[in-house]
Amino acid sequence: MAATAAITTTSSPSLVDTLFQRSLDDVIRALRSSPSSASEETVISRALDEIRREIRSPDLDTKSVSLQKLTYLSSLHHLDLSWAAFHALELLPSPSLPHARIGYLAASLSFHPSSTELLPLATHQLRKHFAPSPANPPALAASALHLLALASSPDLGRHLASDLLPLLSSQSAASSSLRAKAVATALRTLAVCPDVAPVLFKPLVDCLSSSDPRTVSAAVGAFCELALAAPDPFPYLPLAPEFYRLLVDSRNNWVLIKVLKIFARLAPLEPRLASRILDPICQLLRRSHAKSLVFECIRTILSSLTDHEEAVRLAVDKVKEFLSSDDDPNLRYLGLRALSMLESAHPWVVEESREAVIKSLSDPDTNIRVESLHLIVGMLCESNVVEICNLLNKYAMKSDPEFANEIIGAMLVTCGKNLYELILDFDWYVALLGEMVRNPHCAKGEEIERQLVDIGLRVRDARPELVRVARDLLIDPALLGNPFLFRVLSASAWVSGEYVEFSRNPVELVEALLQPRINLLPSLIRAVYIQSVFKVMSFCFISFIEQIQAVELLSVGGSTQRSEKNDEQSDTVPLKTTESNVSEGDHGDTTADTVLLLDLIDKKTNFTRESISDLMNLIETAVAPLSECEEVEVQERARNVLGLLFTLRETQFWNIEAAHELKSDKELSEIIELLEAAFSEELGPVSANAQKRVSVPEGLNLNANLSDLSKILTDYDLTPSASISFSLQSYNPQETKEDSVLAVEPSSLLAEHRKRHGLYYLSTQRDGDELNDYPRANEPLLPVDHGDATEDLVKLTTPSLVPRKSKPTKPRPVVIRLDEGDGTSTSHLTTVKKSDNLLSEAIRGVLLENESQPSLSGKLDTSSKRRENDASDNSELISQQIESVTLEHGNSSSRKSRQHRTHKERYESHFKNEDIEKSSRHSIKSSRQHRRHKHRQRGDVTADIVPQTPAIQDFLL
Amino acid sequence: MIRAVIVMNTQGKPRLLKFYEFQPPEKQKELMRSVLAVLSGRPDNVSNFVEADAIFGPGTRLVYKHLATLYFIFVFDNSENELAMLDLIQVFVETMDRCFKNVCELDIVFNFNKMHAIVDEIIFGGQVLETSSEQVMKAVEEIARLEKSSNSISFVPKAVSGRFGR
Repeated sequence: MAATAAITTTSSPSLVDTLFQRSLDDVIRALRSSPSSASEETVISRALDEIRREIRSPDLDTKSVSLQKLTYLSSLHHLDLSWAAFHALELLPSPSLPHARIGYLAASLSFHPSSTELLPLATHQLRKHFAPSPANPPALAASALHLLALASSPDLGRHLASDLLPLLSSQSAASSSLRAKAVATALRTLAVCPDVAPVLFKPLVDCLSSSDPRTVSAAVGAFCELALAAPDPFPYLPLAPEFYRLLVDSRNNWVLIKVLKIFARLAPLEPRLASRILDPICQLLRRSHAKSLVFECIRTILSSLTDHEEAVRLAVDKVKEFLSSDDDPNLRYLGLRALSMLESAHPWVVEESREAVIKSLSDPDTNIRVESLHLIVGMLCESNVVEICNLLNKYAMKSDPEFANEIIGAMLVTCGKNLYELILDFDWYVALLGEMVRNPHCAKGEEIERQLVDIGLRVRDARPELVRVARDLLIDPALLGNPFLFRVLSASAWVSGEYVEFSRNPVELVEALLQPRINLLPSLIRAVYIQSVFKVMSFCFISFIEQIQAVELLSVGGSTQRSEKNDEQSDTVPLKTTESNVSEGDHGDTTADTVLLLDLIDKKTNFTRESISDLMNLIETAVAPLSECEEVEVQERARNVLGLLFTLRETQFWNIEAAHELKSDKELSEIIELLEAAFSEELGPVSANAQKRVSVPEGLNLNANLSDLSKILTDYDLTPSASISFSLQSYNPQETKEDSVLAVEPSSLLAEHRKRHGLYYLSTQRDGDELNDYPRANEPLLPVDHGDATEDLVKLTTPSLVPRKSKPTKPRPVVIRLDEGDGTSTSHLTTVKKSDNLLSEAIRGVLLENESQPSLSGKLDTSSKRRENDASDNSELISQQIESVTLEHGNSSSRKSRQHRTHKERYESHFKNEDIEKSSRHSIKSSRQHRRHKHRQRGDVTADIVPQTPAIQDFLL
Repeated sequence: MIRAVIVMNTQGKPRLLKFYEFQPPEKQKELMRSVLAVLSGRPDNVSNFVEADAIFGPGTRLVYKHLATLYFIFVFDNSENELAMLDLIQVFVETMDRCFKNVCELDIVFNFNKMHAIVDEIIFGGQVLETSSEQVMKAVEEIARLEKSSNSISFVPKAVSGRFGR
C-alpha cells in the first residue's frame, strides 16, 4: 500500500506514463481540467518530467511530440526552453516536414543570438534548406528563413547572407511568397549584422522594381524600416526616384503607407524632393478612401511638409473630418494627435479646432481626453489662461481621479512655467490653487505646496490673497483626511505664519493651527504648524503693544509727544507691519499720522488684554502637551513657543497702560525688539547659483579649527567682518544702530528660524530711501573692505527684479526673478538636468555608435558618421549629388551625374549605397578607400569607438 | 516593425505569443501582466490604441481588439500605421475564422502549431507580408497538406498517437 502511494505521488513515473506518450492535446486537456493555478503547476511539472525523459529518445516521433509539448508550455506558460535547444536542432535534419517544422518553431520561439551558442551548429542545415530543390518545399525554406530572421546572430548572418541571394532574386511565381520572406529575413540580417550590406543591399534594391507585388511590398517595408531606424537617412536619398515611382504608380495602400513614411524622413533633407512629392501626396489625400492612407498622408504633410501652406490647409481639413467623426473614437484620437504635431508650427490650427478639442475633454476615452488636455494646455497664453484654467478645473472636479490629477498637474506645470509667466492676476491664480486642493482626488500636494510658498516669496502683491486662501485651507476639516494634501497644509501654515500681518483674524488662525486634529499630520508638518503659531503669537503681541502706543499718541496729541513717539517707534517698532512702515516714512504731517493710527486701530483686530491673554491660554493648553512629544522637531518648537509665552507672562505686560510705561519696562521692550528683529526680515527666494558664486574671502581659512569661533563672535559685535558674512547669521542694518549685545541674539534667532524651515538664503539689506524696499535675495551682505570680495558680491547683486511688460489695465505684480538661473526652486533641478543632458548626450554619442551597429547597416552608419565630420567641406558636393540623383528619374542627366561621381570619387566612397546601386565596378576600389578613410577617421576623431566597431569595420571589405 | 503579436483571453491567460524581438520568459510574463492591466481598464467603445512606451519601450504603441473572450493585440513602433494595424488584426481574425469555421477560444487553444503557421504567413520577422486572408488560407492549407503527406504524427488521431515509448 505504501509502495503504491509512493509510486503515484513521487516523481518516479507510473507504468502508464512510461508506456504511453501523451500528445500535446492531452497536456492541454490536463491543463484545462486543473481547477486552480496550484494544480496547474503540478500538471506542468509532471508534463515537464515526461518531456525531459521523452526528449532524449532516439525515436524522432517521440522526440518531436515532446518538443512540441515543451514549446507549448514554454510559449504560453513562460517556461525556460533553453535547455532543450539542442534537441530542437536535432529535429531540423529530419526528412519529415512536421518534425523539421516543430524543430524550427521551437528554435525560433526560444533562441536568442546572445543566449545560445548552439545556433552555429544549425548553419549547415539552414543552408541546405534554403537551397532550392524539390526536397525542400517552400514551407521548409520558409521555416528556415523564419528562424534566421528571429534568431540571427552576426556570425550566422555573415555565413548565410550569400545563401539568401538565390531566394531574393528568384523570379518564379511559385516562390513569390518565399521571396518576400527572404526580403524580410535580409532586413533582419542587415540589422544584426551590418557588414553583410555589400552582399544584400543591391538585391534588396532590385526587389523594389520586381513585378511581384508581394516582393515590392516587402522590400518597401524593409527600406522603411532601415530609413526610419537610421540616425541619418541621408544615404537613402539616392533611392528617392524608386520610391517616387512607387508613390505615383502603386495602388497598394500598404506600399503607399510605407513609401510615405520613407518620404517623411527624406523630405526634410532635400527641399526639391519635398516640392516634388507634394502633388502626388495631395492627390492621394483627396482621392483615397482608406483612412489609414489618408492619415499617413496627413502625418507626412504635418511632420515634413509644413512649409507648404496649401498642403497643410488640405491636411487640416482632413483632420477636422477626423475630429468630427462621432462614431469612431479611433479617428478622433488620431485627429487630435495630428493636431498636436502642428501645435508649435501652426498654432492657428489648434485654435481653429478649439471647440472640438475642448469637447473631447469629456470624451469617455482616456486617450482622447489626455490628448485634448495636452492640446488645450498648449494653447494657454496670457489672455486666455484664466478662462481655460477655470474651465479645466471644473472638468477636473467632474473627472475620474486619474484624469483629474492629470489636469491639475498639467495646469500646475503650465502656469508655473518660467516663473508664472502666463499669470497676470495672481489673486486669481492663488485662489485657483486653493480650488485645486478642494478637488477630492487631488494628489498633487507637493507641487501646490511648492507654488504656494514660491508665490509668497516672489510675488508680494499676492500675499493678502495667499493668506486668505491659506486660512481657508487650514480651517477646512476635509483636507486633514487626504494624505496627499498634507504638504499643502504645511505650505498654508507657513504662509499664514510668515505673512500673518495680512490675516484678518489671527486668533482664528491660531485656533486653526492648534485644532486637535493636527495630530493626524506627520511630525514635520506639525512642526511647521507650531512654528507658525510662534510667529502669529509674536505678531499679536507686537500689534497689541503698538496699539497701546497708538492710543496714547491719540490721547496725548501735541508735537512734543509725537516726536517722542517717533523716536520710540524708530527704536522699537521697525518695519514689521506696513502701517508702521508708512508712518515712519511720514514724518511731516501730524493729522495724516493720526489718521493712519486711527486706521490702524480700526482695521486691526482689536487686541485687548483679554484677547491676548485668552490667546496665550489657548496656546498654552494646546502646545503644552506637545513639549513632551516624541518627535524632536515638534517638541523643540513647542518648547520655543512655551518659552516665549512664559517670558511674556513674566513681564506682566497687561499692567502696561501706555507707551511711556512700556518704555520704562526695560525687559518688555527688549523682548519686543528681539521678536521683531527675529521676524522682520522677509524670506526671499534663493538663486540656485548663489552659493556657488560666493567666493571664499581673503583671510578666511575654512579648514581652521573652530576654537577661534568665540573670538570671531566677539569681533562681530563691534565690527562686522567679512569673514562671517557668509554664515547664516545675517547682517541686519537696524541692529548696528542698536546696542551690540542685543544684536547678536536676533540674528542668531533668525538663523535658527531659517534653519528650521530649511530655507537657506543670503541676507537682504534694506535701503531706507529706496522706493521698493522689498528684499532682494542677492543683496550684498556686508559692506566689505576687501576689494575683490566686494567685486564678487557685486556680482551677486545683479538686479533681481526684472521689469516685466505689464498691461495698462491691470499691471502684473512683480515676480522676483533671481538671475539667469531662473531662480525657481526647481531651477536647481533643471540646471542639473541640463548638465545631465549634456553628459548623457555625450554618452549617447558613444552608445549610439555601439547600438546602431547592430540595428543598421554598417556602411550607412559609418558614412553618416564620416559625413558629419566632413560636412563642412563637402556639403556643396553632396547637394550636387542629390541634384543629379533626384533628377535622374526619367531624365537623361544620369550620365552626367555618373561622370560627376567619377571625378569626385574620394567623396563618393562615402555614399556606398550609390556605389552598390549604380556601379558595382567601383565597389572594390571604393570600399578599400572606404576602409582606409575609416582608419584615418578612427585615429583622429572617434577615439572612443566601442570595441565592437573595429570588428565590423574589418568585415566591411 | 511589429514587435509582438499577442492573443490573450480576458482573464489574462495567453493563447498565442509571438515576440519578434527576443524576450526571456520572465519578461514575457511581466509584459502580459502589464498589458492586461492596461486593457482591462478600458471600456468597450473607446479607441483601440494605447501608448505602450511604459511596457514595451519608447516609441511603441499597441493596438488591440476585444472580441468575445479574447484580446487580439499587436505591438508596433513608428514604422507602422495605426489604422493599418487595426486592419491587420481584422485580417488575422478573419483568417482564423476561415480556418476554423467560426473560430472560438478553444480552437486557438488546441491548434498551437496552426496558429503559428497563420501568424507566420501574415507577419514575418516583424514585417507585414500578406494582407489577404485568402492567400494566407491557401498557404496554411498547403502546409497542412504537405505535413499530412509526409506521415505526420500531429495529424494522426489521438488514439493512435498514444504508443509505446522507447
